[in-house]
Amino acid sequence: MQGTSEYQPRTGIERWIDSRMPLPRLMYDSFIAYPIPRNLNYSYAFGAILSLVLVVQILTGVVLAMHYAANSAIAFNSVEQIMRDVNYGWLLRYMHANGSSMFFIAVYIHMFRGLYYGSYKAPREIQWILGVILFLLMMATAFMGYVLPWGQMSFWGATVITNLFSAIPLVGEGITHWLWGGFAVGNPTLNRFFSLHYLLPFMIVGVVILHVWAFHVTGQTNPTGVEPKSRSDVVPFTPHATMKDAVAMVAFALFFAWFLFYLPNYLGHPDNYTLANPLVTPPHIVPEWYFLPFYAILRAIPSKLGGVIAMFASIIVLFFLPWLDRSKVQSAAYRPLYRIFFWIFVVNVICLGYFGAKPPEGWYVLATQLLTAYYFVHFLIIFPLLGYIEKPRPRPTSITEAVLSKHKSGGGGTPAEAAASPERRG
Amino acid sequence: MSANTYPTTVPDSAAAPDPHSSEPSRRDFFVIATGAAAVVAVAGLAWPFIDQMNPDASALALASIDVDISAMEAGQSITVMWRGKPVFIRYRTPEEVEAAKNTPLSDLKDPIARNDNLDSNAPATDENRAAPGREEFLVMVGICTHLGCVPMGEAGDYNGWFCPCHGSVYDTAGRIRHGPAPENMLIPTTAFSDDNTITIG
Amino acid sequence: MRDGTATKIMTTMLKSITRLSAAGVLVLAGLSVAAAQQDAPAAPESPEAKPEETALPHFPLEEPEEMEWSFAGPFGKFDQQQLQRGFQVYREVCSACHSMKLVPFRALGWEGGPHFSEEEVEALAAEYQIQDGPDDTGEMFERPGRPSDYFPAPFPNDEAARYANGGAVPPDMSVLAKARGVERGFPQFLIDIFTTYQEGGPDYIHALLTGYEDEAPEGVTVLPGQYYNPHYMYAAALAMPPPLFEDLVEYAQNQDDDPNNDVPQTVDQYSRDVAAFLMWAAEPHMEARKSMGFTVIAFLLVFCGLVYYVKRKVWANVEH
Repeated sequence: MQGTSEYQPRTGIERWIDSRMPLPRLMYDSFIAYPIPRNLNYSYAFGAILSLVLVVQILTGVVLAMHYAANSAIAFNSVEQIMRDVNYGWLLRYMHANGSSMFFIAVYIHMFRGLYYGSYKAPREIQWILGVILFLLMMATAFMGYVLPWGQMSFWGATVITNLFSAIPLVGEGITHWLWGGFAVGNPTLNRFFSLHYLLPFMIVGVVILHVWAFHVTGQTNPTGVEPKSRSDVVPFTPHATMKDAVAMVAFALFFAWFLFYLPNYLGHPDNYTLANPLVTPPHIVPEWYFLPFYAILRAIPSKLGGVIAMFASIIVLFFLPWLDRSKVQSAAYRPLYRIFFWIFVVNVICLGYFGAKPPEGWYVLATQLLTAYYFVHFLIIFPLLGYIEKPRPRPTSITEAVLSKHKSGGGGTPAEAAASPERRG
Repeated sequence: MSANTYPTTVPDSAAAPDPHSSEPSRRDFFVIATGAAAVVAVAGLAWPFIDQMNPDASALALASIDVDISAMEAGQSITVMWRGKPVFIRYRTPEEVEAAKNTPLSDLKDPIARNDNLDSNAPATDENRAAPGREEFLVMVGICTHLGCVPMGEAGDYNGWFCPCHGSVYDTAGRIRHGPAPENMLIPTTAFSDDNTITIG
Repeated sequence: MRDGTATKIMTTMLKSITRLSAAGVLVLAGLSVAAAQQDAPAAPESPEAKPEETALPHFPLEEPEEMEWSFAGPFGKFDQQQLQRGFQVYREVCSACHSMKLVPFRALGWEGGPHFSEEEVEALAAEYQIQDGPDDTGEMFERPGRPSDYFPAPFPNDEAARYANGGAVPPDMSVLAKARGVERGFPQFLIDIFTTYQEGGPDYIHALLTGYEDEAPEGVTVLPGQYYNPHYMYAAALAMPPPLFEDLVEYAQNQDDDPNNDVPQTVDQYSRDVAAFLMWAAEPHMEARKSMGFTVIAFLLVFCGLVYYVKRKVWANVEH
């Protein structure tokens, strides 16, 4: 990157540092001079929002670990001690608990943005795969974090999820015992989950750095899907993206604050305020909302191993997305058919989530199975097929052309774009 | 292909002076106000993260303790725990009280009583160190004022306390006589709830 | 390489088309089945008419009524008098069987709670005998409570509690108001986001305490030692007998000469008061949280406006 760097050390100290460890140069090139497409809308701000939430989660988590006791005898009480006695403990704990939900809200929007604008396509396959790895790490971290308060849902969530591994033929039982450190979820399980829950976020930070590095090499996608070609297609990261991301982050903080201060238990489950009891399973156990679509897929298959495979497959399939999509066109803005299927898929995932929270009985079971089937049809059949049967709309030759024609025709663009960029200037 | 090959200065960007804005001072005001608000936000968010490390409500509420001294005899001393710290209760012999009383204030390294029951500048006489109304009893937080070790009793040049960590020597009223410790050992809030019970805290 | 991929894709395509049409048929079939079964989930409203093949009846049989709580909403505050009354109900009735282990006496003096004076808290604490020790001889002993002590449990352990209560352990009440709540269903759960509904616990507690019925409807079997209550979350009947009846608790508030602040001594009133008290016990810093929320949200709104203004200025000359 040295060859293309715009960084000019001004003072002697800057020159001294630059010739030894050019960290200021890296920062300058990555977050100040870095050129971004001028037509990014607010759906592109969720990467910045995710970074903010990650920082909040790590800071609150480190602080909560100063008061939390990872011992099954006192874990529940130590959380209540945080809520009652620790100075601002209630604030920090609610920030952390609701922060995980905010993390997933932001990551789902970020992922759907990627799906809509074809952010996974060449040359950004590695970037996308790193993103799926981040998603998996997040899920593992969130799951283990949910176990720590040692309530009924913690205990039974841990039991159900670790039992997934018992579906593996031959070694399954051995693996679950190894995960538990015993013959059931217990104190050793809680201890190791706490250790890993503290470790994984730092691995997430590491992969995030790779994820950001990757798009600083390939450049960002943009709503047209046409790569920047000239200097009129781009603007410098600072102040343009910085300020736009700042608006999005503050707006998201408002949304977060609404839940944090007025609905702190809305996204949780009442049963987790009951101390874990290994003798009684709550009558209706559900995972946290962000796992519901995958939980629905797990339950849709009336076979233990089959359900587990389907659930893991539903995430693994994302790794192959860059090769399943055969379309030459990147952005859904110019793919009339894909756009329809994209929104059907969004509704499909939301419905899966809804049925994941319902008891598995009556017509819910069949509905879940159909939705599960469609989930895989979408990726394995519709995606490859569309590349052959879809007739894309004409694409602009450059970002500049797209932007200028949009303004000449007094708006235009797709409804999605209009919704995503309400700041349209007059 | 690297996206970094594009020049970074964009002629029509707002980095250049804004031709539509006739009041640059107004714009500066909002930029400064935004920056200031960001500073306020960060500072406001930082405080809970700092304050959470202060003693919590349960630690602040830690109660006083009652100690039964009916079984104690002259020359004996016991150690009880109060707020996680050792408290020495010494039933001093008349000779020990006498020795402490006869020490002139000018011989003391720290002439302040360091007694939570008294003014912060009360002199370190034996009367101001001994338990209220019962001069044979000395009730004192058993922590060396040097670096927090627990001194050994009935030891040292004055047969008071001797800190094994760095050699501070205290007399029979718990006053520092020589060694690196700067202050007399602390007397906590103490009261006799009856003849045989001392309430600490 | 390229050819291999193409062949594979062709095969996939053929398979896909078959499967897609199969899926289409399935969807249609599913919809018709769903339509046919539409009426099934409504059955619990009339338990006696429940078809036998339904796996599990849905509890509670009746949804709790939504009450007016002084502490609901973004500006909600606890009614201090109500919390003191609710505490009296807990102390004189509930605490015979229910522990409240996580709540210390000192909390009764906190602002945003019952807010008893320091002397009152000390006197209240001293009414309880607290086990302490071991003493010098290694024996445990009892002493009057101090503000830093926690509410003592009525039973030494769960086994004793279960033995004394017909096989059911009375749940600890420290966080009970957050540990209970009836599922809200669609679309109510979305509306709740805007109304900031977080009172499912107290609503449920009030409904349960006022919901006992002497006669179970036909078709509902109530075992001996169980009491029919259509508001109970987990079954049609529970092991707790109706704990409240009229004039059971002589409210301290009603003892003065001023009749203007008298409250009725009814089951409904006791239930409201104790539900409010339990909400406080579960969430003692609720008032601090809501008032901080107002400051933070007001600040963020202004901040958002400022940042947005600066952002527009920055982008003013870039068409995008």
